[in-house]
Amino acid sequence: MIPSPFEYVRVGSVEEALAALAEHGEDAKVLAGGHSLLPLMKLRLAVPEVLVDISGIPGMSYVRVEGDGADAVVAIGAGTRHHELERDEVARAEVPLLPHVAGLVGDPQVRHRGTIGGTTAHSDPASDLPTALLALGGTVVLQGPGGRREVPVTEFWTGFFETAMSPDELVVELRVPRTGTLGWGYEKFTRRANDWPIVAAAAVDGRVALANMGGTVLRATATEEALAAGAPIAEAAALADQGTSPVADMHADADYRRHLARLLTRRALETAAGA
Amino acid sequence: MQVSITVNGEQRTDEVEPRLLLAHYLREVCGLKATNIGCDTTSCGACTVVVDGLSVKSCTVLAVQAAGAQVTTLEGLAGADGELHPVQKAFREEHGLQCGFCTPGMVMASVGLLAANPDPTDREVREGLEGNLCRCTGYHNIVRAVRSAAQAGPAAGRVPGAQEVQA
Repeated sequence: MIPSPFEYVRVGSVEEALAALAEHGEDAKVLAGGHSLLPLMKLRLAVPEVLVDISGIPGMSYVRVEGDGADAVVAIGAGTRHHELERDEVARAEVPLLPHVAGLVGDPQVRHRGTIGGTTAHSDPASDLPTALLALGGTVVLQGPGGRREVPVTEFWTGFFETAMSPDELVVELRVPRTGTLGWGYEKFTRRANDWPIVAAAAVDGRVALANMGGTVLRATATEEALAAGAPIAEAAALADQGTSPVADMHADADYRRHLARLLTRRALETAAGA
Repeated sequence: MQVSITVNGEQRTDEVEPRLLLAHYLREVCGLKATNIGCDTTSCGACTVVVDGLSVKSCTVLAVQAAGAQVTTLEGLAGADGELHPVQKAFREEHGLQCGFCTPGMVMASVGLLAANPDPTDREVREGLEGNLCRCTGYHNIVRAVRSAAQAGPAAGRVPGAQEVQA
């Protein structure tokens, strides 16, 4: 399978990337690791006229703590590849859910290429890292012609492959709260080792996010409210599929996905609680 | 457009279409046919090569993305004197293949695995090769081959003439 012809533009700075996006508008797509975009292009489900390759921009891969005390956040460069995040010492100490989940994406070869900014911008509801980011809270930092803006993760993913970004904006950073020694859990159900989750659940600090239970990654709000009201884990987890709209496909029907959402939420919450 | 890539230690410059996949570049432009294309959907790992020290699936990388990079294929593993790489030797000795189609990708992924984990357990080998499928289901001897290769020490996780494989 070979993609349709396109023009390839390799940029050396965020400013050059933004200029290329401004020039080509919706005809352009940003290329980072390419492990979501190139498969779509090979199937001709995506047919961009211009690819703007941002992988050569220096300084896009980092994990660092910014600020102090309760206001401190962990800032992750959008160009950070999954295998880098998986092994990053700062990430492992400050927000351990994220490197754990980075290590579950695809397989080693995929993790060598894919980036956290790419999977964020792609907005596949079955993606592991967006599920973890949604459970953590925090923001997506976008840069566009008008400067930088931060969009809360709860408002960023708006639909299947759709986000709150404009075509002339670039994801430049993810910012998540430090969780330090707080418990966390991630449960991913697949049929084959390197697959996307049929359903996955992430739990940390009383928040629960689900993969593949609707058009976007989403929060299990009924579970979160029950936990906040003091319900035991089993009772709260039994509400995890409320308000979701899972699809049926060759892997699972909707009822099975609802069952998985409740089960995986319970397991993730129990792991987070150290139970 | 013009692209310069170091393939198996030799720098070359070629005129390529931006849409040319690295797997096709290696097979058809460079004439290196060891790299097989299996599923063509980033699943099976038959097309695995090492780019700047990291194993990647070359069906999902554009040749232009490899500009300036060091690419190693199975053909680049043996020494100049023809001496097999420790992973090649181990696959031969332990018969880590059946039909052989997945073997080039398995070997390249194994080099990457041993770079990250020089002495893996059976389970770690199986998990580390999760991105490579054997259509004959000949996994048992592949795992034995990788564990046997580990006995050769750090050389098993290196590609000749290039930087160490990182993980």
